[in-house]
Amino acid sequence: MRPSDIGNPDYFHKVVDCQWACPAHTNVPEYIRLIAQGRYTDAYMLNRESNVFPAVLGRTCDRPCEPACRRTRVDEKPVAICRLKRVASDLKDDVTALLPRAPAQKNGKRIACVGAGPASLAVANDLMPLGYEVTIFEKSPIPGGLMRTNIPAFRLPAAVLDEEIDMILGMGVDVRYGAPVTSMKALLAEGYDAVFVGSGAPRGKELDIPGRRDSDRIHIGIDWLESVAFGHTDRIGERVLIIGVGNTAMDCCRTSRRLGGKDIKVMARKPRAYFKASPWELEDAEEEHIEIVINHEPIRFVIENGKLTGMEFQRFESKEEGGKLVQTKLDKVFLPADDVILAIGQEAAFPWIERDLGIDFDKWEMPVVDKVTFQYSRPGVFSGGDAAWGPQNIIWAVAHAHQAALSIHAYCQGTSLTERPPQGMTLSSAKMGLHEWSYKNDYNSIGRQKMKHVDLVERFKKMNVEVELGFSAEQTAREVERCLNCDLQTVFTDSLCIECDACVDVCPVLCLTIAPDGEEADVRKRLSAPATNPKQDLFASGPLPQTSRIMLKDEDLCVHCGLCAERCPTAAWDMQKFNLLLPYAGKPCKTR
Amino acid sequence: MSYIKKPVARHPSLKPNTLGLTLRDYEGAMSTLCAGCGHDSITAAIVRALYELDTPPHMLAKLSGIGCSSKTPTYFVSGSHGFNSAHGRMPAIATGASAANRELTYIGVSGDGDSLSIGLGQMVHAIRRNVKMLYVIENNGVYGLTKGQFSASADVGSKSKKGEANTQAPLDPVMLALDIGATFVARSFSGDKAQLVPILKAGLRHDGFALVDVISPCVTFNDHEGSTKSYKHTRKHQLPILEADFVPFAAEITADYPEGAAHSVKMHDGSMVRFRKVAADYDPTDRANVASYLREHQRAGEVPTGLLYLDESSEDMHRAAKTVKTPLTRLTHEELCPGNAALRKLQEAFR
Repeated sequence: MRPSDIGNPDYFHKVVDCQWACPAHTNVPEYIRLIAQGRYTDAYMLNRESNVFPAVLGRTCDRPCEPACRRTRVDEKPVAICRLKRVASDLKDDVTALLPRAPAQKNGKRIACVGAGPASLAVANDLMPLGYEVTIFEKSPIPGGLMRTNIPAFRLPAAVLDEEIDMILGMGVDVRYGAPVTSMKALLAEGYDAVFVGSGAPRGKELDIPGRRDSDRIHIGIDWLESVAFGHTDRIGERVLIIGVGNTAMDCCRTSRRLGGKDIKVMARKPRAYFKASPWELEDAEEEHIEIVINHEPIRFVIENGKLTGMEFQRFESKEEGGKLVQTKLDKVFLPADDVILAIGQEAAFPWIERDLGIDFDKWEMPVVDKVTFQYSRPGVFSGGDAAWGPQNIIWAVAHAHQAALSIHAYCQGTSLTERPPQGMTLSSAKMGLHEWSYKNDYNSIGRQKMKHVDLVERFKKMNVEVELGFSAEQTAREVERCLNCDLQTVFTDSLCIECDACVDVCPVLCLTIAPDGEEADVRKRLSAPATNPKQDLFASGPLPQTSRIMLKDEDLCVHCGLCAERCPTAAWDMQKFNLLLPYAGKPCKTR
Repeated sequence: MSYIKKPVARHPSLKPNTLGLTLRDYEGAMSTLCAGCGHDSITAAIVRALYELDTPPHMLAKLSGIGCSSKTPTYFVSGSHGFNSAHGRMPAIATGASAANRELTYIGVSGDGDSLSIGLGQMVHAIRRNVKMLYVIENNGVYGLTKGQFSASADVGSKSKKGEANTQAPLDPVMLALDIGATFVARSFSGDKAQLVPILKAGLRHDGFALVDVISPCVTFNDHEGSTKSYKHTRKHQLPILEADFVPFAAEITADYPEGAAHSVKMHDGSMVRFRKVAADYDPTDRANVASYLREHQRAGEVPTGLLYLDESSEDMHRAAKTVKTPLTRLTHEELCPGNAALRKLQEAFR
């Protein structure tokens, strides 16, 4: 086998599963250690560097990091990464002095951003400190985009959102409220050096079945949530049907519960395994006595005397055959309803971009965005967030924004957009003494801490009672211990190894093997325990001095306890802290 | 020594044995030996052998004397019986324990100091009595606990850490055991588990005293240039003269075992030892042949390893003494001590 290239930042980055899975590559283990040390402000600022909205994301993130968490391979549940992020933001001190500042002397470049959602705000966050003058055009009277309009206040209090938006706008961003961009041509004519389209995916998908246009009690989910957010809607009928079972549906049903809904059903066409909603959002909805009905497909709205009385559904029986869902029709049923909310998806829409501006559109009428540069086919126009490739979530918008800001900076400085600045890394030994490390390597088998919620009666009194109470100090202290410190890497120096087997013998998860070299497929057969996860690397060393065999490590299950390094008599194994360096606009990272 | 406990996290694909126990259920406390000690590897091999033989932990007794080696029973099978005896006296304790309860599996772990110096007289009598036990000598050629003086197994010319050469002739436990009639004699290397684990399994099933001398480098005091018991020297000079496969009684004997098996020896419980890759002039069941073969190769500086000699026809201590089948521990007081009348009758028989 070819020895693993641990000089490539990707190698160790992949071992830090949470950071690798995070679109913004937040340094999760490091901020969890900072929280463990009570350094909440430092933890917050480390988060902010990569994800810009730690307090918002600590409540609302879709958490791609958690399913990836290494802990799930040896324990039932992942580390509560997202909620620990919230702990850092809840307990931080005043961070004003630590925030990036815009220089008094501007660099003379003007950037226009469309929409004041997370993507545009994050672009402004990266560009303002470099001296750019950023102008954001927003149709609403307040900033935030879907963070404001689609995430209900009981999940994300307005004050939390305001604080993090103000950190960016406080640098002197020029926001034009109530100013929807209706013509790209006109915007381009204003002579901005670059334009960023961060207008999101604000159009809810329609359900064109009989009766759709015959009642005003049929609502589009995201529009309805927005009208609730702005106080235009403050009540709903007692019987509510939500069509669709994504995260927006969860927000709709829980909001309905607070506005007078008593009998609320979320209607799903498929069984639970096929739901789009995150499992924790489903749990939170069910805790509020929302009924989730599976195998029902809407056929028509039932209108009697001009009044919506309910909906008719086709019932199905679902079976899985050969990994595929097979649904057979059963009978039709009528379910009564006073209101129906459609939450079956959303999309971006660009009626305001003229088609003769040199901006290419694809067959779905979406502007073509370059996956690397985030630029439209017309130079100088960039995009990110939901506006670029359809609905994702906040953390993706932030990740896009960092890349778009890099491109905008390169574009304005006249450098290459396609040559992306490389990532870097540092590795430093964690050895502090004989079997003492700069991290806590003792495995704690405690289970995931359960988030406490406001009791049901109390939370329904007002729309903006935040349901999650955050972790207590005790819960935080326990949860941080669950992190396996995956960034503390096992680094092997083959020339030092005497093949005493001590590391192989002590490894609790049998991830080490010393075996004769050969083709990878053969070598894999010689492992101490099967390496069953093909997505994880198999580390291979160079030939060992005494027998020319090689050291192998299945990265999949390592719990980073450091016992291989502790039991190594020659320090051939060392625990070293890996720090991924990410380039941001105007801030390339040092590479080795 | 490590300050933390070995994480309880385990590989999800660890298979339980027929008792429902996984490999990790046969572990003991964290080792306090030097990092890289050969003894820890032998411990790992014992753990694997016991797991693979489906040994119930409560039916296992582990015994040891004094020395680095004698600390190791702490590091395997926490749920078993254990006895840490005075220096060199483990064979006597094991003999007594075996006499009282013949149902347990006995593992004695000793070192070259414990067995070849202070306990030499003890060990040879356990061999003579053919006590049914696995007797492992973790042989590193030095007194590690007292900072590296030569032990009785140090080879002539082998250098100490400070550079002095040993001048006194070594005691070789393998040759000694062969000479005094041991029925199971093996030598292996802590760095060669593929060889060691089947030997340990066969030794655990042997109906008598199973001596396994394991070269186990002392990483702190005897792993330097000039040492004849270092990792490097042993790797260079190890001569695996035959391979032994242990085939448990219940296992199906299939084509996994290629032809060319020179010898198969049926163990007392029905399991088999199959010898493979045996040199043409070597017969592991002929004591005189084995002794001369080993003497010749050791003289050439080689370290012959493998299950060197096996005689499954001999009788262990209980059979030789015609003791009752029931362990003494399970007999009633009346059975063990039949009273004055019975004693008189016995004494009459001697008049």
